[in-house]
Amino acid sequence: MRQSIIQWFRFASPQSFYPLAGRMIPWFWAAAIIFGIGGLWISFFVAPTDAQQGEGYRIIFVHVPASWMSMFIYLVMAFWAGLGLVLNTRVSGMMAQALAPTGALMAALSLWTGALWGKPMWGAWWVWDARLTSELILFFLYLGFMALQAAIDDPRRADKAGAILALVGVVNIPIIYFSVKWWNTLHQGSTINLNKAPSMAQTMLWGMLLMALSFWMYSIAVALMRVRAIILERERHTEWVKHAVE
Amino acid sequence: MNAFLATVRRDLLLALRRKSEVLTAVFFFVIVTSLFPLGIGPEPVLLKKIAPGILWVAALLATLLGLPRLFSADHVDGTLEQMALSPSPLGLLVAGKILAHWLLCGLPLVLLAPILGLQFDLDASTLGILTLALLLGTPLLSLIGAIGAALTLGVRGGGVLLALLVLPLYIPALIFGAGAVEAHSAGLGAGGHLSLLAAMLALAGFFAPWATTAALRIALE
Repeated sequence: MRQSIIQWFRFASPQSFYPLAGRMIPWFWAAAIIFGIGGLWISFFVAPTDAQQGEGYRIIFVHVPASWMSMFIYLVMAFWAGLGLVLNTRVSGMMAQALAPTGALMAALSLWTGALWGKPMWGAWWVWDARLTSELILFFLYLGFMALQAAIDDPRRADKAGAILALVGVVNIPIIYFSVKWWNTLHQGSTINLNKAPSMAQTMLWGMLLMALSFWMYSIAVALMRVRAIILERERHTEWVKHAVE
Repeated sequence: MNAFLATVRRDLLLALRRKSEVLTAVFFFVIVTSLFPLGIGPEPVLLKKIAPGILWVAALLATLLGLPRLFSADHVDGTLEQMALSPSPLGLLVAGKILAHWLLCGLPLVLLAPILGLQFDLDASTLGILTLALLLGTPLLSLIGAIGAALTLGVRGGGVLLALLVLPLYIPALIFGAGAVEAHSAGLGAGGHLSLLAAMLALAGFFAPWATTAALRIALE
């Protein structure tokens, strides 16, 4: 038991995490590309045309995985941030910082593809639906986290302040989600109902799952690449970085 | 408890010596609410419908104006460090500062809201609900805002950053606060909204001073 704890904490040091991340990145990229090709093939060639929505529905193969990832990455980010705050490990804070831009990208992608889907289906780029609104607020939370980290020069302080913000955000996300949902039902009649998911064809589900896996692997790969860059930047004064760069 | 009351009294006294700072936020509230009819047009039916939303959004922004001052002066002259070193727990002192901030920036808005509501032709019972919602909601704004103020203490571009951090977190308060008035006007009863607002206030009252203290300790390191 004691042995295994020591093994885990070894990678809490930037020096030993840097090469580990470097070894893992190609595998995650490969997985992202394989799942992505499979998912795209199913979503474009295998999945049938939807009876009501025509070909336009195919955007959900990007939209739904992006939405899932945007929410999931915030949780992961808050987890690393909290871990960094409790254990005072440096790599945890760096992981949180590395994950934020990918999460913001996913939220933006989800909003963007949602707008592209909404225009032909609903006839509007944007409606104040509960899901759209809470996704937008999630995007704002990511921006706030990134802006706070960017504004603080001392990286250790930036990590800790960002960690508190991420944890406050995580407590608030369910409150925000339900408040927006209730607000929506109070204001709007049932003009558009997103909650009634149409029973999905099996192939569509498979396409979506493969795309979600591809997005997941891509996020990990990109976050690891970014964390390597952050490690190099913050540890540039050390001897091992000079050797690693050479 | 003595330390708590002493902090409240000190902050109130300091604010009364520099009245203009407090009054600026209050006048801001009045001006912003008066700008909306000018922008939208003087139709009484429309204005009556959007009045709670306007008053709430103006209250959010007015509270935001006072937040950067919550800790910055004490941080600059070193008082905050002395507070962190003092034998009474920092969380208690921070709670006192937040209460003082509410008394200075939140309570005037609550008292002014019924008068401004008259401009929008709200009837007496609606005004009552609006005031009650603001009474429950503005301390919540001060509590959440204090976390943001502590996080952005001494940071470049702190004021704008503070708005970016805090405003998304204000959304539930805005929804239930303005929603209470709307539900009352629609004949649904405002009880549910006010209860949720009170629940959030209780939650924030417990957690926010704690999170603010943690953020202050990071800023003081």
